[in-house]
Amino acid sequence: MLTRFFLMGLDRKAGLVLTVLALLAVLVPVMTLVVPEGSPWHLSIFSVSLLGKYLCFALLALALDLVWGYVGILSLGHAAFFALGGYAMGMYLMRQIGPRGVYGNPILPDFMVFLNWKELPWYWLGFDHFAFAALMVLVVPGALAFAFGWFAFRSRVTGVYLSIITQALTFALLLAFFRNDMGFGGNNGLTDFKEILGYDIQAPGTRVGLFLATVAALALSYMIASGIIASKLGKVLVAIRDTESRVRFLGYDTESYKLFAWTLSACMAGVAGALYVPQVGIINPSEFAPASSIEAVIWVAVGGRGTLAGAILGAVLVNFGKSYFTGALPELWLFALGGLFVLVTLFLPKGLLGLWAQLTARLPSGKGKRVPNGKTADQKGM
Amino acid sequence: MSAEDTLLYLDGVSVSFDGFRALNNLSLTMMPGEMRAIIGPNGAGKTTMMDVITGKTRPDHGTILFEGETDLTKLREAGIANLGIGRKFQRPTVFEPHTVWDNLELALKAPRRPLNTLTYAIGRDDRTRIEEILDITRLSPKRDRLAGSLSHGEKQWLEIGMLLAQDPKLLLVDEPVAGMTDAETEQTARLLCDIAGKHSVIVVEHDMSFVRALGVKVTVLAEGSVLAEGSLDSVSANQQVIDVYLGR
Ligand SMILES: Nc1ncnc2c1ncn2[C@@H]1O[C@H](COP(=O)(O)OP(=O)(O)OP(=O)(O)O)[C@@H](O)[C@H]1O
Ligand SMILES: [Mg+2]
Repeated sequence: MLTRFFLMGLDRKAGLVLTVLALLAVLVPVMTLVVPEGSPWHLSIFSVSLLGKYLCFALLALALDLVWGYVGILSLGHAAFFALGGYAMGMYLMRQIGPRGVYGNPILPDFMVFLNWKELPWYWLGFDHFAFAALMVLVVPGALAFAFGWFAFRSRVTGVYLSIITQALTFALLLAFFRNDMGFGGNNGLTDFKEILGYDIQAPGTRVGLFLATVAALALSYMIASGIIASKLGKVLVAIRDTESRVRFLGYDTESYKLFAWTLSACMAGVAGALYVPQVGIINPSEFAPASSIEAVIWVAVGGRGTLAGAILGAVLVNFGKSYFTGALPELWLFALGGLFVLVTLFLPKGLLGLWAQLTARLPSGKGKRVPNGKTADQKGM
Repeated sequence: MSAEDTLLYLDGVSVSFDGFRALNNLSLTMMPGEMRAIIGPNGAGKTTMMDVITGKTRPDHGTILFEGETDLTKLREAGIANLGIGRKFQRPTVFEPHTVWDNLELALKAPRRPLNTLTYAIGRDDRTRIEEILDITRLSPKRDRLAGSLSHGEKQWLEIGMLLAQDPKLLLVDEPVAGMTDAETEQTARLLCDIAGKHSVIVVEHDMSFVRALGVKVTVLAEGSVLAEGSLDSVSANQQVIDVYLGR
């Protein structure tokens, strides 16, 4: 049954995405670890982590596209789920420091010693186990999304109002995590990590391993998302996006559908955050900033909303641009980003992938007429 | 009249919008297997009546019972639909980004929970049923077209097809022949009569030749309540009905 589910989502586009990811998974380790440093084909560890970071953003964008592109929920707070996943991972990494901290306390992280805390708060218990932390990476964002969605969807909050309360959610978390007495390191956040699963977090091998884990998470999430979109559940979601009330009159409890997609999306965002933190070496409250969530919306819009692959492409391209700009012309980056969003909204409502589809549609092709969810007409109903 | 044995029982139903009474102490009963035509001037409350039955609008007063016992005023839209009440809207509403086939597949009677739809694989029975409906609604050649690209009349047919796929006990059909040619209107009348054998149907329509072709009991609504009820000939002879509706 599971194979059928994954196969259902496999069309040409999915094949392309998975091929590119597989290539990355082979080339990047070889170019970093095997190719000698002097060679033009050598990839530095710095670049590996940068790429890994982009792919984490791509996973966040994918999660966002699932709810925005296919269910019509424009979340302006998705970075909150990303950051919560990141904090869960960060807490694990803090516990791994052990007595190697500045104050040498074997149990308490430095910032707690600094605050004169005598024991670990209850919500830090268990985070010294990787399996527990990994579970929390899914459970914490998932549970928050579930509770939030439960109330918001039941009371039929939609459209702009829903977007605004998602923004309020991430802003509230931003303020909360800034407070020292919350026990998450205040505005410094969690950093100075030493080890993950016993491996030195700075070692090239570990870096490549983290990169591969990110590729795997992205590939798996992509397959789950495209499997869902191709299923009947996905069709219900798209129907809800466009005419929710009509779907209700067919007897579908639309709230539970939205809740399903929303919670799953939050879990994916949490995984993205958890993979991001060990690769950048820090998590602090700025990840909750409303601007982070809005940036994610721009990635999806640039790549093409409601295409999944476009979200990945948009996240990677925009962040490449960001790395370049913030290096070369840092003061211009925000203008460039804003301008890009305006341009895309005005001229490329379907993003880069939509542009690509338009260009290829003009070329004469001998292939069967394609119907919108990417299957050819004669496959219908298989 | 008692609610027992009825399929649908409305008693003293009132709805106000900002002080305007769209339904005013409306009472109406439907027996299982019955087909009923509802006519009346614009703004009489015909669509609003369907809204209160299907849970879109909550009545201010009154009783609405399904199968003599289920209180529809306590349920939400999806719950009411799952009891077996299907609806075709006055303005045809189909799922435009989906193909004709997918529209029917979504409507097709099947378990409706997310887990059911996630694991749904179309079986032979379902495929045959959808193909049958495509034939009945003459949409077979357009099965892979996007519903959004259909003409107004085709969307009407598709929505009727979706009703058939849902296989409800009670069908509420709001102005099914608006935008159809005479020949199509006649086909629709025949189709509804076929359906009526197995299901109960309430049809709202302004097209008198269509109502005549149905040949069923007619209820005339005006200003939110029942003005007259009976055969088309008897209500057409009713002076009040002529004054408020037919004579104009
Ligand atoms: N949601 C609403 N808010 C305010 N007024 C409404 C609403 N729905 C219906 N009405 C009003 O209630 C009255 C009855 O409307 P309804 O749509 O039921 O009429 P109808 O009999 O279906 O007319 P038609 O033949 O034109 O479709 C109208 O005056 C309409 O303006
Ligand atoms: Mg009406």
